[in-house]
Amino acid sequence: MADQIASIVQNVANGSKTARQYVLERIERARSSESYNALLSLTEERALERADMIDTKIVDGEAAGRLAGVPFVVKDNFLAYGAPTTAASKLLENFDAPLQATAVERLEAEGAICIGKANLDAFAHGGSTENSAYGVTKNAHDQTRVAGGSSGGSAVVTALDVVSFALGTDTGGSIRQPAAFNGVYGIKPTYGAVSRYGVVAMASSTDTIGCFASSPRDVETVMQVMAGRDERDMTTIDAVYSNKPRPVKKIGVIKQTMTDDVAPSIRAAVEAQCDAWRQAGCQVDMVDLPMLEYSLAMYYIIVPAEISSNLARYDGIRYGRRAEQAATLAELYGRTRDQGFVTENKRRIMIGSYVLSSGFFDAYYSQAQRARTMLIREFEALFAEYDMLISPTTPTTAFAIGENTDDPVKMYLSDIMTVPASLAGIPALNVPIGHDDAGLPIGLQLIGRYGDDMTLLSQARGMMEATR
Amino acid sequence: MVQITTNAVRDLAQLSALALDDDELAALTDDIEHILTYINKLDELDTSEVPSSYQVGGLQNQYRDDVVQPHTVTTEQLLNLAPERSATTIKVPKVL
Repeated sequence: MADQIASIVQNVANGSKTARQYVLERIERARSSESYNALLSLTEERALERADMIDTKIVDGEAAGRLAGVPFVVKDNFLAYGAPTTAASKLLENFDAPLQATAVERLEAEGAICIGKANLDAFAHGGSTENSAYGVTKNAHDQTRVAGGSSGGSAVVTALDVVSFALGTDTGGSIRQPAAFNGVYGIKPTYGAVSRYGVVAMASSTDTIGCFASSPRDVETVMQVMAGRDERDMTTIDAVYSNKPRPVKKIGVIKQTMTDDVAPSIRAAVEAQCDAWRQAGCQVDMVDLPMLEYSLAMYYIIVPAEISSNLARYDGIRYGRRAEQAATLAELYGRTRDQGFVTENKRRIMIGSYVLSSGFFDAYYSQAQRARTMLIREFEALFAEYDMLISPTTPTTAFAIGENTDDPVKMYLSDIMTVPASLAGIPALNVPIGHDDAGLPIGLQLIGRYGDDMTLLSQARGMMEATR
Repeated sequence: MVQITTNAVRDLAQLSALALDDDELAALTDDIEHILTYINKLDELDTSEVPSSYQVGGLQNQYRDDVVQPHTVTTEQLLNLAPERSATTIKVPKVL
């Protein structure tokens, strides 16, 4: 698909189509896609008000912004006006945000219009959007299959062309994996590139904000607007999206991601892309990342530990749903949390409490943080020699709904290829590279050095142009 | 396979402020055993000479001037988010 954002902005600016017409058209598309259960709410009233404001500015000849009139969707863990921010949980069922996330504010300041809020695994815990308290989101290419997760709804509305871009969060693969399963571009930026202020926290040392779109250019446009320092999130860094892309001459294929455990159709698609790069004059080698085998174990220690701390705030006191008829404060906490969280939330909170408890802290949490250093060092050694690393984004194409719900470890394994870049804080991008025999999309993951987000987007653009 | 007693999981639930019923407790005991067995894989690694990475990116302490910023959120809005309130306070069950 071609770049969509620029053409919407152009049409709105020259008056050939109004922002109101775009909003109405996209809301209509959202309504006709209801069977996918990708959206939890529409913010129609507010979207139309904003569209009219933008149309007035255009008529009056005022600057309306770089994204003037472009409708978009946010994952429902971004605080945004117009509908409750539920994080797909019962706990926040009626939570009307009193402020908006910095990412949303920056997009709105450039004239983009939020039209709705997308389904996710509750509190972003999951890899299939089957953990939502509001039902499963279905894959854009096959309704019997999962959308992936946790940003499943955002991936599906992008793939169905309800909107030209949608926001997601990626802590261990939650943008890249659903992007791969639905055949769209999805970026996890360098850690700290985009402010997380006003986004429901999961694991603070790996949480990132990114987006889905149908072209690398559209991803770049959105990231350039959102990225940069924010005093309200002191982990943010200078805008990496104004960096120049690095020339890519040497590409490393991570050996551990091309084993027999990976679907043959996916390996074949990755190999075909490697051949294309070789023909274009690149050196493409198999490279070794032995710590990949340990990444998921690290991830399922570090992330639950951070989750158990971050989710301690949901106690039914200051906001959110409170359990009724609790006689004591302890009972109120316990019952509120039991009723408000889904099983996967409870699993992760309890694993987190376990690995952080005295007697186990060093064996689990400290060991995982030291292993994380070993993984980062392996990446650094590879990047000393290679300009970019690649792997499949997922070991399989989208799996069937219900296929992995009985076995949490099996579900976690679907993130095995995306977790390493999250632990290392480096950027990674899903690029759609074809379909398997069943017509399901296959995704390639490009992984870059810290701050090299633009290199990945530039390479993806090159790949897209080469296949035209 | 890691074994963990139901009582230990009950303690863990209490630490986590989760009031679980017996069925949930049994199911979660199973899940937690499986997950712990998987993450024990890290025991294979010798990390004795390796420092920890608690964060990535290498940012040091970030400072800003301590000045009051104009905020758009009002006290009234925040109180309205509370499940139960009375005038200017949030209501909770008896603590002591």
